[in-house]
Amino acid sequence: MAERYIVVGGGLAGLMTVIKLAEAGKSVDVFSIVPVKRSHSVCAQGGINGAVNTKGEGDHPDIHVKDTLKGGDFLAEQPPVKGMCYAAPQIIYLFDRMGVPFNRTTEGLLDFRRFGGTLHHRTAFAGASTGQQLLYALDEQVRRYEAEGLVRKFEYWEYLSFVKDEQGACRGIAAMDLRTMEIQAFPADAVCLATGGPGIVYGRSTNSTINTGSANGRSYMDGAIYANAEFVQVHPTAIPGEDKHRLMSESARGEGGRIWVSKQKGDKRVGKAVPENERWYFLEEKYPRFGNLVPRDVASREIFAVVKDMGLGVEGQDAVYLDVSHIPAATLDRKLGGIMEIYEKFQGVDPRHAPMKIFPAVHYSMGGLWVDYEADAKNDMVNGSPRNQSTNVPGLYAAGECDHAYHGANRLGANSLLSCVYAGMVAGPSMISYARNNAAKKGDIPASLLAGAKKQWDERLAAIYKMDGAENPYVIGQEMGELMVKSATVVKHNAQLDTALVEIEKLKDRWKRCNVLDTGRTVNQSAAYVNQLWNMLEIAHLILKASRLRDESRGSHYKPEFTLPKVKEGKKPAEDPEFMAAWKARNDKWLKNSMGTWTPDGPRVDFKELDSLKNPILPPEPRHYD
Amino acid sequence: MTEPNGRSGKLVVRVRRSHPDRWEEFHVERRPNANVISVLMQIQRSPVTADGKKTTPPAWDAACLEEVCGSCTMVINGKVRQACSALIDQLDEPVTLSPMTKFPLVRDLTVDRQKMFEALKRVKAWVPIDGTYDLGPGPRQAPEEQELRYVLSTCMTCGCCLEVCPQVSPSTKFIGAAAISQVRLFNTHPTGAMNAAERLHGLMGEGGVTDCGKAANCVVACPKGIPLTSSIADMAREATKQAFKDWFFRDERKGGAGPAG
Repeated sequence: MAERYIVVGGGLAGLMTVIKLAEAGKSVDVFSIVPVKRSHSVCAQGGINGAVNTKGEGDHPDIHVKDTLKGGDFLAEQPPVKGMCYAAPQIIYLFDRMGVPFNRTTEGLLDFRRFGGTLHHRTAFAGASTGQQLLYALDEQVRRYEAEGLVRKFEYWEYLSFVKDEQGACRGIAAMDLRTMEIQAFPADAVCLATGGPGIVYGRSTNSTINTGSANGRSYMDGAIYANAEFVQVHPTAIPGEDKHRLMSESARGEGGRIWVSKQKGDKRVGKAVPENERWYFLEEKYPRFGNLVPRDVASREIFAVVKDMGLGVEGQDAVYLDVSHIPAATLDRKLGGIMEIYEKFQGVDPRHAPMKIFPAVHYSMGGLWVDYEADAKNDMVNGSPRNQSTNVPGLYAAGECDHAYHGANRLGANSLLSCVYAGMVAGPSMISYARNNAAKKGDIPASLLAGAKKQWDERLAAIYKMDGAENPYVIGQEMGELMVKSATVVKHNAQLDTALVEIEKLKDRWKRCNVLDTGRTVNQSAAYVNQLWNMLEIAHLILKASRLRDESRGSHYKPEFTLPKVKEGKKPAEDPEFMAAWKARNDKWLKNSMGTWTPDGPRVDFKELDSLKNPILPPEPRHYD
Repeated sequence: MTEPNGRSGKLVVRVRRSHPDRWEEFHVERRPNANVISVLMQIQRSPVTADGKKTTPPAWDAACLEEVCGSCTMVINGKVRQACSALIDQLDEPVTLSPMTKFPLVRDLTVDRQKMFEALKRVKAWVPIDGTYDLGPGPRQAPEEQELRYVLSTCMTCGCCLEVCPQVSPSTKFIGAAAISQVRLFNTHPTGAMNAAERLHGLMGEGGVTDCGKAANCVVACPKGIPLTSSIADMAREATKQAFKDWFFRDERKGGAGPAG
């Protein structure tokens, strides 16, 4: 029998994996909780990075590698990062060939703009809805394969768990039809999870409501290692909202947008009325080289310091100005139209003429399901190795935000679309190699295995339908979000994390007294939510635990009690031996991946050295953006 | 709590429920910056009707909440739109929520828009690339061309254009503005244009572009400001030209030597 493949998730990573499989003539079943065209990738705004070097700046994939590694404070295995950055130009060209309406130069070439953490124009973009445009391109290509009969879509189906055989290998998945609530088990020779990040664990974030991380949490509970959970990126510029925080892309700053506050505490004047000499452009002042385009973790911390510690927030609130009103309106419409509209629609103020009020919001998870890679002696990825993008569970792969691999301790802007696409390009061939090596050996998937998985989930859901306690699951979810925002975002304190670890146990206990709210079998969203919520609580627990255990500051993970000394005034880090000694000591102890393993008594976290640092492409260096 | 717009007391929301078909009224606390989504979230946290009866939380679709995914489209105060960008401050009260009517109802506010995705298959809405391997850059394009294509390409298959179209009903087969406009998107791409005829054929025949009744409601309802009526006019013209070409060159296509006649 021909091998079968399953991809869970229909965002960029999932669809790219599907395309790679279908292009090789393989039949693929793709599962998604929403029609794939509505996946969260549509929310990515600013662009996709690739060192195409069309601006005469001498950009090169090697510089992209360096910016990415340094941006993540060297907490990423280096060969996959190198593979990604070298593939980036051709990935951009591929989308160009698919018909993505990238912005153009007058000569008709692709245009590139600047983004954070780099000094080069490296970001290709389609207005300010690049993620939407890239996703649509892949959606179209997948639809073509669907029309040809190679791809079957299971939309409005939710992944429940992978099906494990006696050797602990993944042999398929159990999934639930979210319309009829029917549960089925599906066989596969290899499964790829491309299920995105867990942003909704934080309640309100820049994420879509579908980004529960439930699939990732459940897979972790079933034995997949979840790495670097404590690294959650807080994006510096979002519009706080009642239902979600809406992203204001870094591209606003890439196109010249400036961040500032009034020097006068509690200034009641509207932004436009504050004269130039009374404005404090604090990022430009503190970081003359990178200015407003410092990496996101740095910008978010600075905004927190200005607002929380110095009390200089706009009108005394949690807000600073993001100002693009000095840029001609026509340019803004052409290059940033999408986000101009979002601000106008949701805030009722035209950002072309008045500075926007923004504040940091939870945005992206660098951590995720741990995935392997195989590199040769030159640190180049071994194409088609079954180890690439493989979790520790044989036959189970992960790609996209749900994997841990590409961004270390902090992701650079416009690297997420790239990592999703690249991971999908790697995962597809890798799954084919795995299946080729194993499927024949293992034979057909026993029907009893699938029946067992279905039975287990039928029973689990039956128990959920019977939950008639006093607790509303959505209230528990909201409280979990508040707890996580308070304890595990821009600034972390061990005392607070200790409290949060107690609180999360209480929330888990309250989950057991949930009311399912609805016992029907047609689009029972609350029953599905009760199941997701447990998986979210497990992820939240792991994020807190790993945050508590990592006693250092690195990228998005910042503990004031554990920071490096300041570099001596007027010196570069390398010229300050005291700083270098502290930096080296910190790396010796903490330049390690946190590896989260689920146990019935709570998460176990081990710190493991990075393989590629034994023979690095780029030895770690201090992260320095002044 | 009193809103900046002077409204006070609880917010009254009426939701169309299915299974069985009925209206339910909810009274919810006013919150600053509320939109229809945040109100539906409040109801989830306390699913009790105005007369104090426990009920199930209404079912509704949502994902991005910033009007780029199209999920949360519903009829709000009689007008089809996305729930996320429907700010309570700007809505008349009571706020009424009901599902779109031109698609099969699934439950409460959720409908099945699969026919829109099927329409994209019918018109072959893609650029048929040779493969995903490294084949260099795509064709050069003028910025003006890109700007038009970008607008066309922001269609999120939300269904507003179908909902307001008098030609779309359960008994008709009209493919609708969204898919027609996608043909224009791909036929204006230099590579996509190589297969223009194929897509135009998808717009001919039953339910095709000639079924448009020119009511022009679609272009008004489109939340992305896509020039749907120009797309329809353009594609109607192109489809007609294509029909002539098909006829004139029918022998050539069979292997004949040139235009017939």
